[in-house]
Amino acid sequence: MNIIIVGCGRVGQTLAENLNNDGNDVTVVDLSPAKVKDVTDRVDVMGVIGNGATHSTLQEAGIKNADLFIAVTNSDELNLLCCMVAKKEGDCDTIARVKSPEYSAEAPYLKEQLGLAMVINPQLAAAEEIARVMRFPTAIKVEPFAKGKVSLIKFRLPSDSPLIGMSVVDVINKYRPEILLCSLERGDEAYIVNGSTTFKEKDLISLVSTPDKAHDFFKKINFKGNAVKDAVIAGGGNITHYLCSILEKSKIALTVIERDQKVCEELSSTYPKTNVILGDALNKELLFEEGISSADAFVALTNHDEDNILLSLFYKEEGQGKLFTKINRTDYGNVINKLDFDSVICPKNITSDIILRFVRASANTKGSNVETLYNVVDGKVEASEFLVKAGSPIIGIPLNKLTFKPNVLVAAITRDDKVIIPRGQDVIQENDFVVIVTKELSPSDITDVLD
Amino acid sequence: MNFYIVRKTLGWIVLFEGLFMLIPLITSIVYWESEFLVFLACMLICAGIGFLLTRGNSKKDTIFAKEGLVIVALSWIIMSLFGALPFIISGVIPNFVDAFFETVSGFTTTGSSILSSEQIEAMPKCIAIWRSFTHWIGGMGVLVFIMAFLPLSGARNMYIMKAESPGPTVGKLVPKVRLTAKILYTIYFLMTLTEFVLLLFGKVSPFEALNIAFSTAGTGGFAIRGDSMASTSAYIQVLVAIFMILFSINFNAYYFIARGRFKEAFFSEVKVFIAIVLLAIAGITLNLCLTGTQGYSVGEAIRHSLFTVSSLISTTGYVTVNYDLWPVFSKAIIIIIMFVGACAGSTGGGIKVSRIILLFKNSKREVGKLVHPNQVKSVMMDKKPVEEDTIRSILAFMVLYIVIFFISFLVVSIDVDSLESAFSAIAATINNVGPGLGMAGPTESFAFFSPLSKLVMCFDMLAGRLELFPMLALFNPYVWKRERVKKQ
Repeated sequence: MNIIIVGCGRVGQTLAENLNNDGNDVTVVDLSPAKVKDVTDRVDVMGVIGNGATHSTLQEAGIKNADLFIAVTNSDELNLLCCMVAKKEGDCDTIARVKSPEYSAEAPYLKEQLGLAMVINPQLAAAEEIARVMRFPTAIKVEPFAKGKVSLIKFRLPSDSPLIGMSVVDVINKYRPEILLCSLERGDEAYIVNGSTTFKEKDLISLVSTPDKAHDFFKKINFKGNAVKDAVIAGGGNITHYLCSILEKSKIALTVIERDQKVCEELSSTYPKTNVILGDALNKELLFEEGISSADAFVALTNHDEDNILLSLFYKEEGQGKLFTKINRTDYGNVINKLDFDSVICPKNITSDIILRFVRASANTKGSNVETLYNVVDGKVEASEFLVKAGSPIIGIPLNKLTFKPNVLVAAITRDDKVIIPRGQDVIQENDFVVIVTKELSPSDITDVLD
Repeated sequence: MNFYIVRKTLGWIVLFEGLFMLIPLITSIVYWESEFLVFLACMLICAGIGFLLTRGNSKKDTIFAKEGLVIVALSWIIMSLFGALPFIISGVIPNFVDAFFETVSGFTTTGSSILSSEQIEAMPKCIAIWRSFTHWIGGMGVLVFIMAFLPLSGARNMYIMKAESPGPTVGKLVPKVRLTAKILYTIYFLMTLTEFVLLLFGKVSPFEALNIAFSTAGTGGFAIRGDSMASTSAYIQVLVAIFMILFSINFNAYYFIARGRFKEAFFSEVKVFIAIVLLAIAGITLNLCLTGTQGYSVGEAIRHSLFTVSSLISTTGYVTVNYDLWPVFSKAIIIIIMFVGACAGSTGGGIKVSRIILLFKNSKREVGKLVHPNQVKSVMMDKKPVEEDTIRSILAFMVLYIVIFFISFLVVSIDVDSLESAFSAIAATINNVGPGLGMAGPTESFAFFSPLSKLVMCFDMLAGRLELFPMLALFNPYVWKRERVKKQ
């Protein structure tokens, strides 16, 4: 696909890299020559310097042949304007990033009136992810498939777990769980598990299952997480805003610590149930005063990665609950991983995943589509959900008779309302939703995983 | 530096060079020449060494700016070393330095030869086609070729393309480097084919037509006749003159024309280049007609000045007449256009028209600043501001160019009889033109220079073709620092 990305900020760069790795022809546009150069030096994309909302710049970027236009500059208004001009200029889908809660609330109206294919709000998406994991505290990441019927759940193996030293076959024989263990992260490496994979302490394990069955499994292996009843949030930015609005209806009591008086006042007037504290989140005394050591969850959402990391390290020492850390810069992911934080939230990666999913789904016209895509391990292991349409060559053949490429795992089949955790003799049928976990493959069609 | 990726890329270069030798190999079979065995041996050597160099696999395949520069510089040196093998083994040029000089001159599309007219006429056909074919490979760049056909991993290949492609700024035509390289090579191939077919209409043998087409396409200048192009028909001369001009225009222009974007195709560099060509032709024609020393008719004067101007500004170096005998004014124009050279992004050499334009615009701005000391003004090109970094780099390029020029000038002046000869020999090699004036003139050969001078000129040719910076990067000690990877 020919894709134009306006704005070479954090999200723009990540998108350019991921979309290019997926085999698309990407052109990036930005006003700053230095930013454009930075991207074109690292990624095999074309750069155009100019204002992405002007006719001439869009012409130069090749809007006439573009299939998709993504505006991710820092300004909501500019993004919307860019998309409007692009829509007029070329026959392409448009995606606009919108940050402010006001516009975000009117996303459906904007989508319809401006003909946008998607309005994306990275901070809202991040807040939704935090809220999902809060409801499932044993996990560090929960990603829903098949409209929430199946989830991909990632958890870290605690040091006292009975699973340590067991192989996948042992686990299946002993517990007979209705789950599928699919991938494993150890240090910098990610693996797709097979029968002989043995678990070690601190491994990050991803499994696919229904939420209930996963709960059963965790109970069996004696891995309990306390339900989150209260949470402390450091920083009162947009993510906090969205998180409050999502959790307002739940029973989780929230405490927000924010330095800026105006922001505090706004938060407290919008979310009256939330306990808003004016103060520096890095003030140790204040943190203790607000009960950080007894809180069930702590969410580090300040504007600085360094502060978030520092706060998280502190919470690991003093606190006992669930920890969420927002990190914007992912280049040092391997170092962050060593810190053993529970859930690392990265808004730009979430955004990039959502857009990648859209691109793969719309790039595909063959028998089956990517419905959902989830990055299990940054850029390495992915879980993709496909809808199998009539005529697909995999229909009706038992899974153990199909020859898959290496590092491919069929993780779940959803048929009507039933979820099947597949074994060798299971058969894929028409209109099934199939979740497939792959390593370094990025399938855009279900037949891509066959050898 | 990442030595692994450098070694691997060099290995691919050697393998591809072995592949390129198929052309002379086929020629030797067609004409049943005994050099068949020479090329077979050379191909086996290339395959063996290339295989050894490309062995092994490492995840460390990142290319940064310094790796790009070093890969390009070393590739061209290695390519010239292996390319010299057929000359040495076949005994056509037994001396190593001479054979290396001839190959460097071939790949850099210079066209300076150490062979005399008689030796050129007596050369086996397969050696002759190898000589011409080196021009074709070197014209567009062998790394660009490899990039187009080999899925080299990593997006940073742009560093290689930037280092190998001529011109102050190198942009992409399409988002993917690989497709850009493919488009460029497609244009290159189609234009070469067109010239070949048109040459056949001029009643030359297919073998000669192929040689001329290769040599013109790369703007090289090796000929298979002892007198270069002097004894060819007027049709051939005019045709070759036109194609030399076409090959020295920025290839982006052809891409825009092919896509129907005519307005964009005639950007200011192309316009200025055409203007310089027309002015030079007019100047020389008038000078020749008014002085009348050569006894040309007006038609001949136009034809010879057209051919000579397009041959020298495109830095090809074909000759139809011994312009060394022309009046001084004409020779002065010839020297000037040798320095100006072709457009950026073409196969020609020289300083490049776009650099000259930017240098002038920058100087104009500086003069303006004398009058308005606090003036802020951007240098504009094609209605877009040019980045200050680009201008700074061009200024550095010019200084280095002059420094290299004068050091080489000093070394070469030991061997020759006149300032003109020494000066023009360096001008002809650093600008990749081929023939100079005086003892290095169009009817002479470079054989008499000392081995030291020849090696200096080899450096000049490579530095000129690669636009100085890659060759100079080799002298930066930091580049050779081994990267230490922490064991995990």
